[in-house]
Amino acid sequence: MYLLILQFSDKFFYSSTACTVLSRTLMHPTHADNYENVSIIFILHWWCFSGICYTIFDLGFRFDVAWFLTETSPFMWANLGIGLAISLSVVGAAWGIYITGSSIIGGGVKAPRIKTKNLVSIIFCEAVAIYGIIMAIVISNMAENFSGTTPETIGARNYQAGYSMFGAGLTVGFSNLFCGICVGIVGSGAALADAQNGSLFVKILIVEIFGSAIGLFGVIVAILQTSKVKMGD
Amino acid sequence: DLSFNVDHGYLEGLVRGLKAGILTRSDYHNLAQCDTLEDMKLHLQSTDYGSLLTAGNEDLTVSLLDNRLKGTILTEFRCLRAHSLPPLSTFLDYITYSYMIDNVVLLITGALKHRDVEELLPRCHPLGTFDQMAAVGIARTHAELYSAILVDTPLAPFFQDAVSEANLDEMGAEIMRNKLYKAYLEAFYAFCWERGGATRDIMCPILEFEADRRSFIITVNSFGTDLSGGDRRALYPSCGRLYPEGLQLLARAEDHEQVKAVAEYYPDYKLIFSDTEDGSSRTLEDRFFEQEVHLNTLAFLDQFHLGVFYSYIKLKEQEARNIVWIAECVTQRQKSKIDNYIPIF
Repeated sequence: MYLLILQFSDKFFYSSTACTVLSRTLMHPTHADNYENVSIIFILHWWCFSGICYTIFDLGFRFDVAWFLTETSPFMWANLGIGLAISLSVVGAAWGIYITGSSIIGGGVKAPRIKTKNLVSIIFCEAVAIYGIIMAIVISNMAENFSGTTPETIGARNYQAGYSMFGAGLTVGFSNLFCGICVGIVGSGAALADAQNGSLFVKILIVEIFGSAIGLFGVIVAILQTSKVKMGD
Repeated sequence: DLSFNVDHGYLEGLVRGLKAGILTRSDYHNLAQCDTLEDMKLHLQSTDYGSLLTAGNEDLTVSLLDNRLKGTILTEFRCLRAHSLPPLSTFLDYITYSYMIDNVVLLITGALKHRDVEELLPRCHPLGTFDQMAAVGIARTHAELYSAILVDTPLAPFFQDAVSEANLDEMGAEIMRNKLYKAYLEAFYAFCWERGGATRDIMCPILEFEADRRSFIITVNSFGTDLSGGDRRALYPSCGRLYPEGLQLLARAEDHEQVKAVAEYYPDYKLIFSDTEDGSSRTLEDRFFEQEVHLNTLAFLDQFHLGVFYSYIKLKEQEARNIVWIAECVTQRQKSKIDNYIPIF
């Protein structure tokens, strides 16, 4: 009986999470605020309720992190890492490119001379996506087949490989995401400043170079994370 | 803001490019040196205005210059408004409402003087046109005006306080104008406040100054008329820095000295009301314009906000006023007062 309630509460919890996420992404920000607040309060209450129920009924063992980590295949983590590496990098690059691109187009109406010089900012943003795809290819080349089905036969090294690849993907993905946004905002400022005064562009370019260095840091750390990865038997 | 450029990046770049074309001090200096309007036309050709005056073959007069300048502002504004998305489109609409209010009052006072509507329509500000403009002159009371004509226009929400059964007369039209403007300014202020971020930081001081300026002007203009303190209080916009204590003091002020005493409490306004040492003939209005120009130029120091659009329109209008002032001085050969324009950049 209690198990039934808890199973039901789990499904409800996931569906209400999904509601919040959907409402936030699909609706116009101002309209979604009310729904978002109600859903968040709802979810928090369900979490508390579920947690209290699990503890009271001595069913805490069902919330088993170790089981989750050993029963999920390292391939899942590896592929998630590869997916995150490329997709978050592309999100960062795209964000940066549209921020800079719209400012270049706007500024180029009255000052057409800025058009060609400011493509350098776009190239800096694009480099971020290239880092992402390089890392995705490097990480995906490390995924090998192994013939184990239980946690004991799979072996620690394969698990370590899976987690490393996931971590590397996260590292390079998020650092490229923020690097892309940073370069985009600086590039937009550079375009508008260049339109007013041509000598400012080179100075702001230096700021952009520093901004794009942080994406490179992410790639370096990701390479280090995957340097010891050895999947297989 | 991170997603500002999705909808407004191109337009912001465009407005900043247009802002680069605003005349600088050296341009004004050159224009002030001219002796005739022909010289001015020549100087204006080398600025962003280009062929403003050379197109067409009408006589070169100051009113032609004025119309052409207003025409450029109008074209640029219409271009911006046509390309804009919400919330920029609502913001630009808010800018037009002040001109709509002026047009409505112009048409009503014209109708009271039994002027023909056809004669009045060209004198309306083009930025503030709305569909039922020609019918505005027919109304005789506030309530009729509202329910018959204005309820369909964007001005409808500002009519909450202004509707009364009294007949429309000259005084009533002015009171209605001030009440509408008060409601409009407060709505605009709330809109900018709600946007938050840089828009709030740039626009709210500008609108606060506008509100305080209206309060001061209403007070100063009401000396000698039968507008009592209590009536005046209903006309003061409440989104300024004078609210609430300063407005109470202003409502009780009876002459210029008392108004100046109220302004003493606020450092910015104290400067505006103080007498200048070199005895230059700057009127109160000029000083208010100067402060407005100063606040508007600050908008261009920040990126990713809607304030640049408002500031650009206001600075372009100030530029038009400057050029027309210089042109008037040139045509009337009053070179002594020619430096009373307000330089912008």
